[in-house]
Amino acid sequence: MNRAEPLVLGIETSCDETGIGIVRGRTLLSNTIASSMDEHARYGGVVPEVAARAHLEALQPSIEAALTESGVALTDLDAVAVTSGPGLAGALMVGIGAAKALAVSLEKPLYAVNHLVGHIAADILDTDAPPLEYPTVALLVSGGHTSLLLVRDLTTDVELLGETMDDAAGEAFDKVARLLGLPYPGGPEIDRAAASGDQKAIPFPRGLSRASDMAAHRYDFSFSGLKTAVARWVELREAAGEPVPVGDVAASFREAVVDVLVTKALAACRDHGVPRLLLGGGVIANRRLRDVALERAEAEGVTVRIPPLSLCTDNGAMIAALTSELIMSGRAPSTLEFGADSTLPVTEIQVAESR
Amino acid sequence: MILGIDTSLGSAVAVVEPDGVIRSEASSPDPRGHAEVIGTLLERALVEASVKPSDITHVAAGMGPGPFTGLRVGIAAARTFALGRGVPVIPVVSHDAVALELLLHSALTADWGSAGGYANPDDETFAVVTDARRREFAYTLYRGLDDDGLPVRVAEPALVPRDDLEAALVQASAERRDADRIPAAMLALAAARSLAAGRSIGSVDALYLRAPDVTLPHAPKRVNLAASAERSGGRAPAPRQRGDA
Ligand SMILES: [Zn+2]
Repeated sequence: MNRAEPLVLGIETSCDETGIGIVRGRTLLSNTIASSMDEHARYGGVVPEVAARAHLEALQPSIEAALTESGVALTDLDAVAVTSGPGLAGALMVGIGAAKALAVSLEKPLYAVNHLVGHIAADILDTDAPPLEYPTVALLVSGGHTSLLLVRDLTTDVELLGETMDDAAGEAFDKVARLLGLPYPGGPEIDRAAASGDQKAIPFPRGLSRASDMAAHRYDFSFSGLKTAVARWVELREAAGEPVPVGDVAASFREAVVDVLVTKALAACRDHGVPRLLLGGGVIANRRLRDVALERAEAEGVTVRIPPLSLCTDNGAMIAALTSELIMSGRAPSTLEFGADSTLPVTEIQVAESR
Repeated sequence: MILGIDTSLGSAVAVVEPDGVIRSEASSPDPRGHAEVIGTLLERALVEASVKPSDITHVAAGMGPGPFTGLRVGIAAARTFALGRGVPVIPVVSHDAVALELLLHSALTADWGSAGGYANPDDETFAVVTDARRREFAYTLYRGLDDDGLPVRVAEPALVPRDDLEAALVQASAERRDADRIPAAMLALAAARSLAAGRSIGSVDALYLRAPDVTLPHAPKRVNLAASAERSGGRAPAPRQRGDA
């Protein structure tokens, strides 16, 4: 195996994107994504069975497309990589079955890795950015997760500082969009509606932000109460026979989400003396979140890194990138004996490493 | 050399020569845990058959029917194994493997009578019946082998509520044959015979036989009415999906 600049194919199927990535060392060769998002639209959220069926159908064409794009032959690979968790169990299993058989078929080593740590590794593929410095705080926000991490070393030392206690931030966007009568996915729709609204119009609550929350949940998030508050506000308005100012509701809701995300991330930076913040996950596509993060981080002397958006959403390139780092640092492959772990802790960067 | 993979009940892998000689079989009866065992079973089947992955010329994939979550693992594995070697996938109805095994066994012993009450199995209709969860069975009706040595499907795989199976079988005049495993070697043999005959015998898509299970979200819930429940610790319900089949 080429450990200096390994050629790795990564398979990611933890949610609704079938991601196939090909990486050589730290160079991105292909980031192929097939999304089943459209199939979930009529349900207002990701339906696990629909996602899993779509993965099975998309996998082979996506692998073929990634090979074509990168000009790589399967026999050239140094290793196969796959997401073991966290994520939707049935969806993860499709990728795991595929990755194991591909590795056995090619007689190549297999690495099973952590999806969340993969999001951090995506940053390494950003050719325009200087090398990732440690330690860094990482805020990962998507429809499936909302996590605040302290990364001392990508391949050996990632600590969970906090995570959502109920809905992921992206889920909150979807649910509030639905109660405002806006389509799925909610993020872009809320953004569009918010453009004409006043973010200070309605003082929606900031979850887990009271002084009394700070001891147990300093870095944790909760968006369920916020969603309920928005629903209640809209209902009272309707009951009074008044029109609902969708723009104001959307902007004020979005501000509540963004405020609590950025406030907690910067608190983590301050508390740990870490002047670096890495953003990842699909919700980073939200411009307001990026703008507020950049503005407030600058005021606190914190440097913000944001990978290209195509690498922020779930993808296979980040799984290949993380594995490439593991290989370059001398790590042994995983055994074939692992399964899907829908709640895989972030401290398990690689799963089932062989001795 | 044909590699057979099926995860529609337990997990099963086999290597079979094109003329039908079984080189190896490796399986796990666990009705869950397909993703955990599939890699090890593949390795074991290859080692026990003394063949290298590059010796595999075709991959037979059991397309179901079967519980979806497990079924997909084997189909995904069959497709990527074949992709890795640049060889074709041959989709096979999983029940065909059971039917083939029963019919070959009866041909060998020439007396299915003691086991199942058949005077001449070629003339008898029988149903391969497997657990489809959700209080349903999956079943497929067969009668004898055709000239290519493949089981004749009288009716395609279907689902039936458990309580209704007997009536359905009476109507079809079919004997009931329950299966709790799919023999991967028979799956590969069916693929070998279909290849020899130049026929395709299985659906290229997974045989789910059921639409994805999902409850459409209703209109946004009235939260003010539910506010007291919320305060006392209840949570506003999100759209829910039932567990995997
Ligand atoms: Zn993600």
